[in-house]
Amino acid sequence: MVKLSKEDVLHVAKLAKLDISDQEIDKFTPQLSNVINYFGELSEVETEKVEPTSQTTGLENVFRADNIGSSLSPGESISGSDKIHNGYFKVEAVLTERTDK
Amino acid sequence: MKNIPLTIKGTQKGLLEKEYSAVELVDSYLQRIDNNKDLNAYITVCDEDAYKKAKEANKLVESGEENLIEKYPLLGVTVAHKDLFLTKGIRTTAGSKVLESYIPSYSATVVERMEKAGAVILGKTNCDAWAHGASGENSDFGPALNPWNKNMVPGGSSSGSAASVAAGLSLVSTGTDTGGSIRQPANFCGIVGLKPTYGSVSRYGVVAMASSLDSMGSFGKSVNEVETIFNVVRGEDGFDSTVKNTELMKPKSRMKIGIPKEYFVDGVDEEISRKVMEASKVFEKAGMELTEISLPHTKYAISVYYIVQPAEVSSNLGRYDGIRYGNSRESFGAEAKRRIMLGTYVLSAGYYDAYYLKAQKVRSRLIEDFDNAFTKVDAILAPVSPTPAFKLGEKSGDPLKMYLADIFTAPANLAGIPGLAMPAGFNKENLPLGFQLLGPRFSEPVLFALGKLYEEETNYDPILPKL
Repeated sequence: MVKLSKEDVLHVAKLAKLDISDQEIDKFTPQLSNVINYFGELSEVETEKVEPTSQTTGLENVFRADNIGSSLSPGESISGSDKIHNGYFKVEAVLTERTDK
Repeated sequence: MKNIPLTIKGTQKGLLEKEYSAVELVDSYLQRIDNNKDLNAYITVCDEDAYKKAKEANKLVESGEENLIEKYPLLGVTVAHKDLFLTKGIRTTAGSKVLESYIPSYSATVVERMEKAGAVILGKTNCDAWAHGASGENSDFGPALNPWNKNMVPGGSSSGSAASVAAGLSLVSTGTDTGGSIRQPANFCGIVGLKPTYGSVSRYGVVAMASSLDSMGSFGKSVNEVETIFNVVRGEDGFDSTVKNTELMKPKSRMKIGIPKEYFVDGVDEEISRKVMEASKVFEKAGMELTEISLPHTKYAISVYYIVQPAEVSSNLGRYDGIRYGNSRESFGAEAKRRIMLGTYVLSAGYYDAYYLKAQKVRSRLIEDFDNAFTKVDAILAPVSPTPAFKLGEKSGDPLKMYLADIFTAPANLAGIPGLAMPAGFNKENLPLGFQLLGPRFSEPVLFALGKLYEEETNYDPILPKL
């Protein structure tokens, strides 16, 4: 039996960049444990000499000519956000000022 | 207009014979949409675009140009797009608050090709947020209702697409099928739904759910609708490297249909099993050969699907950071969060081999099952879902219970093969019943031929529910 702890759920949420509330942790912990337990049935299947499948097309290395064609204008590219400055997306600061100077 | 036509042929006949104009058609549909808002089938209705396209269709009819229908196979055909398909200038939400005010700057290949073929867009349909669900109840815009019984779910995730076609709020609609999201709602709403071969229709411009499974298809009242759309939208577009122009398999005059014993097990509604067996007799009477087959790994499909799919979901939903478009990750609903976390878990250090890699290997075994079956038969006949449409709220509290609803649909996605959901009458409670036909990759014409044969043999005549 796999039983996820609250810490497991918090860890996974952090990896996925999700902020979840205490209430959500209480709800998701048993639900996720339940689903993951269900996966246990897969151990019944013999897969020792089986290759994994990641896609079903059988295609490999698909190429096309790199021709110049129409594309989105700068205006269209930023049309999805209202946090724009001089034609650029505004984002939260990722660097802070050095404190050792 | 008194009655709206229920087929593409009927619609175009009326247009060409000038019984009505495309604008009058749009009037009727918009009126019906307005009268049936309680179904919550649409998230966005786009009157302006509809009238613009309808006027273009009118002009073409007036021009008296020859072979109009050959040039514009969807001339005057009203379409509702699942709100996962990007539509230039028209809000596209994916059923999620994250994208509640997102207006795309380009259209999906499917949308663009249908438009070029003369289709008239009516709006964007409701769906489970990010296509996560089998009931439509995970939509952040409220659930859509089943037009045959408003206490029941229409199925999901393409809930509004199925409900809108069933209720006559659009002639056809588009959908996406990642684990059954077209075939199951088509089945619950008593209409035809096509999940094409993975790699036959471009996914370009459609909000991605699970990239090795997502398949772009459509709904209509009869087989001819989904076949016509398939022929318009399929083929390479240069934007989706999984799409290959491949010659399609042709139907034979006498075909062998396999009935998989693993699809008639405990837990499958008796009326459904009986209906599928009845359908098999229809095919037999029409000269097809029936044979029992085995797909021994069917029972593992849910486990494989609910590992592979959330893994790909967690990756695809990683891009939503609220910077270039959309709201921040706080706006994800409960089901999206669950799937992101489930996917992140099965991919995380220490669990990858036990879950993700194991699931990928069992996926290979599932594909072997189908490969073996298709050496013996041309197509497979099976139930779509273990139950008919269920009550709103019946499964929404228990994710695992909801996931198990995908047991007979997910295998086709894992194998990348096409599936055609067919309506086949009603059960005692007057809820739609049906079956699905599965075939080898790129065998759509085989499925269409069998579907049409069933329609002919049963004198199928599409109807609308009393609303």
